[in-house]
Amino acid sequence: MGYLGGFLVTFRQHGRKNRVTTQYSGGRLFKRKKRSASAMDVKVEKPERLHGRHVLNRYEDGMEKCIGCELCAAVCPAKCIHVRGADNDPDNPTSPGERFGWIYEINYLRCIHCDLCVEACPTEAITETKLFEFSFTNRKDAIYTKNELLVGDDGKPRHMPWEDWRPGEDQHTSAWMRATASAGDASFVGVVSWAGERGYGVRAAEATQAEADSSADASITSDGTTSSSAQTKSSVTH
Amino acid sequence: MIALDPMLEGDVLWTPLLIVVLKVLVVFVVGLVATMLMVWFERKVIAGMQNRIGPNKAGPFGLLQTLADGIKLFFKEDLLPRRSDKFVFALAPFLSLVPAFLAFAIIPLGGDYRDGNDGVVTWFGVETRVQLADPHIGVLFALAISSIAVYGIMLAGWSSGSKYPLLGSVRASAQMVSYEAALGLSLASVILISGTLSTSGIVAAQSTLTDWHVVATGIVPFIIFLIAATAELNRPPFDLVEAEQELVGGFNTEYSSIRFALFFLAEFMNTVTMSALIVTLFFGGPQPISYGGITLDIPLIPNGLEGTIWLLGKVLVFLYVYVWFRATLPRLRYDQLMDLGWKVLIPGSLAWFMLLAAQRLARNEGWNVFTTTAAAVVVLGACYALLQGAFAISNKTREREGAQF
Repeated sequence: MGYLGGFLVTFRQHGRKNRVTTQYSGGRLFKRKKRSASAMDVKVEKPERLHGRHVLNRYEDGMEKCIGCELCAAVCPAKCIHVRGADNDPDNPTSPGERFGWIYEINYLRCIHCDLCVEACPTEAITETKLFEFSFTNRKDAIYTKNELLVGDDGKPRHMPWEDWRPGEDQHTSAWMRATASAGDASFVGVVSWAGERGYGVRAAEATQAEADSSADASITSDGTTSSSAQTKSSVTH
Repeated sequence: MIALDPMLEGDVLWTPLLIVVLKVLVVFVVGLVATMLMVWFERKVIAGMQNRIGPNKAGPFGLLQTLADGIKLFFKEDLLPRRSDKFVFALAPFLSLVPAFLAFAIIPLGGDYRDGNDGVVTWFGVETRVQLADPHIGVLFALAISSIAVYGIMLAGWSSGSKYPLLGSVRASAQMVSYEAALGLSLASVILISGTLSTSGIVAAQSTLTDWHVVATGIVPFIIFLIAATAELNRPPFDLVEAEQELVGGFNTEYSSIRFALFFLAEFMNTVTMSALIVTLFFGGPQPISYGGITLDIPLIPNGLEGTIWLLGKVLVFLYVYVWFRATLPRLRYDQLMDLGWKVLIPGSLAWFMLLAAQRLARNEGWNVFTTTAAAVVVLGACYALLQGAFAISNKTREREGAQF
């Protein structure tokens, strides 16, 4: 076909279903059908390692993981984390060990979601969810306090009114961390080396690079998410 | 001036005058609405070709998106650059818009041209055509008007008092002037075959499929006309005038608000007009598809109205083709553009015109058509060799002396 082959390529795209844009709520059709935004909006499946809003995790017995070491604040390139540690009350400790995170604030007007805080954390207290759609309307809302960041008694992140949570966004938090050891050593790939979390138990390790490469490239995302969510379920039942 | 329209022969009466006013109004409104829909059509089709959805929120299927954009542009701040030539800056959008609408006036928008009818319809007891004006110089008028449209773009860039618009307008004038020649030469073939300049005459000459000028002139003038028209319209792949990656926005960089909207409107209006012109010149305009005595007839619709439907369908095909070009072809480099215009299209259309003229002469003089054609081909071959020789020599000279622009 030579030069004219390109015309066929563009013509063939009509009516294809694999569109790069998706439907979103709003407009006339949306108003007439009176459907909720979440039912109308079609969201693309999020990548497993997407960096979103942080959570502060707890151990399975309800103790906070944060020990107030301030390493996250030290490593933060945007200087958006403000942490002050305090000594635990020996009779009624907040976290196992001597110290706990007394003040913990993240300013999301500054945060660049680089995930360095997650990398720095020695206890996996802070991880990132897949939530990135949270547009606040004032600066106070932008500063998340410890209460807002800390997971609830069920181990799930708290949902602020302005946040648009979708199912599965609290899972796979900081998947990279599960692929590597806390020391960052490659020999720990696929090895679970962290404590259990409330609500999730011990989370399964991410598939190793070799496994990811061997599975067909088209089905990486769908396969990865389904298998790891199944693993999450099984780990909950343990 | 007299007898632009059959109904204006003799005394000017109230009814014909009112009909003319009505026609002006209709052509203006149709032009605006067609432009609006064209913008939507282009965005929707190109979205389909790029695996996107396209506008779908304002109105059904996003049809009112252009209207919403237009209203938004109206209320935007109208900036007047300090270093601009204020009068020319304000004038340029209108110089661009008015020709766009004027060119639409000579397009036959309907009427009954079949069975040797000449497209005359009777409205309120007055014989007229379904086109605003039918001057004897019809096609020349279209060429003249499309040349005037260059001034709008050229002056816009020049008066902005800024570098990128100036570069854009320099490109515009060079590009449009050089492609105008190819446009006119391929048009000459059509005029040679049909023997008239009037658009309604050209349409009337294309009653069957084999009479359509795309067939009757051989397909070459049509292809050259299509390419030259794309360049004339500054549409991709020839949109060097507003090459975003190179010139920010080209000639309209400094324009904002409704002035920008007018340029935008003119551009899409020109696309619609040029598609209609191509259909009129090469595809029989409002003529139905007819071959060997069989005519595709839409039942229940009077022939006069049917012409409009045929025209609309054919124009839509070409609008689609323009969008298709945009979605498929990458932009040409500037020297490639000039090479294509001067070294391929102009000699090509000229040669084809000579060939057709030789055939016509042979038929008129009663010579043997085949011998004449063969002789013409030999002569044109010699011309081609000379041309290639000239190119080769000039290339060599340039290599030796270095490029001097």
